[in-house]
Amino acid sequence: MDCNQVFVLKVKKVIFVFTLLIAFLSIRNDTFAQVESAVSPDSVVAESAHAVSGEHGATEHGEEKFEPTKVIMEHIADSHVWHLWGHTSIPLPVILYTSGGLEVFSSANFHHGEHDYQGKYNKYRLVTGLKQSMTKDMFNKNIKVVGADGQIDEAASDTVIDFSITKNVAAMFIAIALIVIVFSAVAAGYKKRVGKAPKGLQSFFEPVIIFVRDDIAKPNIGHTYAKFMPYLLTIFFFILFNNLLGLVPIFPGSANVTGNIALTFVMATATMLVVNLNGNKYYWKHILTPDVPWWLYPIMIPVELIGIISKPFALMVRLFANITAGHIIVLSLISLIFIFKTLAIAPVSVAFVLFMDVLELLVAFLQAFIFTLLSALFIGMAVEEHH
Amino acid sequence: MELVTPSIGLVFWTALAFICLLVLLRKLAWKPILGAIHDREQSIDEALNKAELAKQEMTRLTAQNQDLMQQARAERDEILKEAKTLKDSILNEAKKQAQIEGAKLIEKAKIEIENQKKVALAEVKGQVSTLSLEIAERILRNQLDDKAKQEALVANLLKDVELN
Repeated sequence: MDCNQVFVLKVKKVIFVFTLLIAFLSIRNDTFAQVESAVSPDSVVAESAHAVSGEHGATEHGEEKFEPTKVIMEHIADSHVWHLWGHTSIPLPVILYTSGGLEVFSSANFHHGEHDYQGKYNKYRLVTGLKQSMTKDMFNKNIKVVGADGQIDEAASDTVIDFSITKNVAAMFIAIALIVIVFSAVAAGYKKRVGKAPKGLQSFFEPVIIFVRDDIAKPNIGHTYAKFMPYLLTIFFFILFNNLLGLVPIFPGSANVTGNIALTFVMATATMLVVNLNGNKYYWKHILTPDVPWWLYPIMIPVELIGIISKPFALMVRLFANITAGHIIVLSLISLIFIFKTLAIAPVSVAFVLFMDVLELLVAFLQAFIFTLLSALFIGMAVEEHH
Repeated sequence: MELVTPSIGLVFWTALAFICLLVLLRKLAWKPILGAIHDREQSIDEALNKAELAKQEMTRLTAQNQDLMQQARAERDEILKEAKTLKDSILNEAKKQAQIEGAKLIEKAKIEIENQKKVALAEVKGQVSTLSLEIAERILRNQLDDKAKQEALVANLLKDVELN
């Protein structure tokens, strides 16, 4: 397969670039020591910390120590504001389902977590980033109920369910809007030029659609593939668009949508439902009465039943881990500049980030492809006729 | 583990949005797109098949044309040949006819000439006799004007008769 060739090439390039980096780092101490001493260290720190706060929406001041883990985790995790640059950010609506009823207000009321907000039913506080992950909270709540004593009331917080339009939700909506616009335009092209050769956007997406049909759906599902085409195409383009938008570092992108376990959980659940709701008698017979001696049933049936869950579970983790890892690597490379506290490392970081972005571009397509391919494969196993 | 704990809100919105997207795209995009691609592929297939058939038809027609042409050529040659023989025979016939006709005409003309000659001779004979008679008459008259002469003549005549 040509994919292997690509990977071999990539690995060779990675080795080459890493060699360059090591060489660069070894000479760095000697060459750039003078540069560092020439520039006041404090100003560099302040500058870099400010830049970080500008890039990642941390509200700490320039003098604060740079914590790459915090910055990266803040990006990877969801957020109630969409940070653009500097101190500019888009406040997103907060929707809380409390025991009293729905609470809807703007996240601007929190002033980046500096203020508490008195809602209709409770007083709320925005708990950000790392601080939050320290608490062993099951539902990943960033918004906490503040008790009368000014402390977080964990018991009350547990009753509040957060349905906010967070950064990931907003980014997902943008991606969906984009998908709908793009494919309406493509469909319009087909209506306008009936039976003619495709043109423009239409000719860009037609090979991809045909690829999904001829190389994913047909070989894996068989003659009933047409029924599953809308689902496969939708997951393919939904994942692809979200992956690609996640690579864009400025506003419409930058969210880690497909690298969020909630989204991959929903996608995997959807595949699981499609597979099991379409499973025919052969599929269920294979699970419930496997072709083994009867005394193996106590082992085999649980294994098969676990298989129902484990297949989509693998889908969920694969997509989540791949995309999150890509984002973490890119951010780590950028963080190098601030860890070394020098601009001299910037070209190396940028070169690496460029390389990683190109790799991520491949991964974006690859993961969309793999998710769709495996979904088609599982569907194919469930609807297979002959046994 | 914040990273691997799905948040309910995001799960809810993703599920909602994904279902909406699926329904919307199914109706708005995939049905028409897949339909159009399928139709076009069908029509391309059909067109290719038709082209293939047309090609076969063409070769068939060309072969047929060749055959027809050859036949026509042969026929033309045949006709030309026939025409030539016909022409020759007609010419020969005509020549023969003309010769016969000419011979007949000449025969007729000869007979006519003979007849005319006979008539003319008869006429000449008649005229000669008339003329001789007239001449004889005139001579007789001239001779008979004189008595002596008459007697001489009679005597002469008598002499002839007597001789007879």
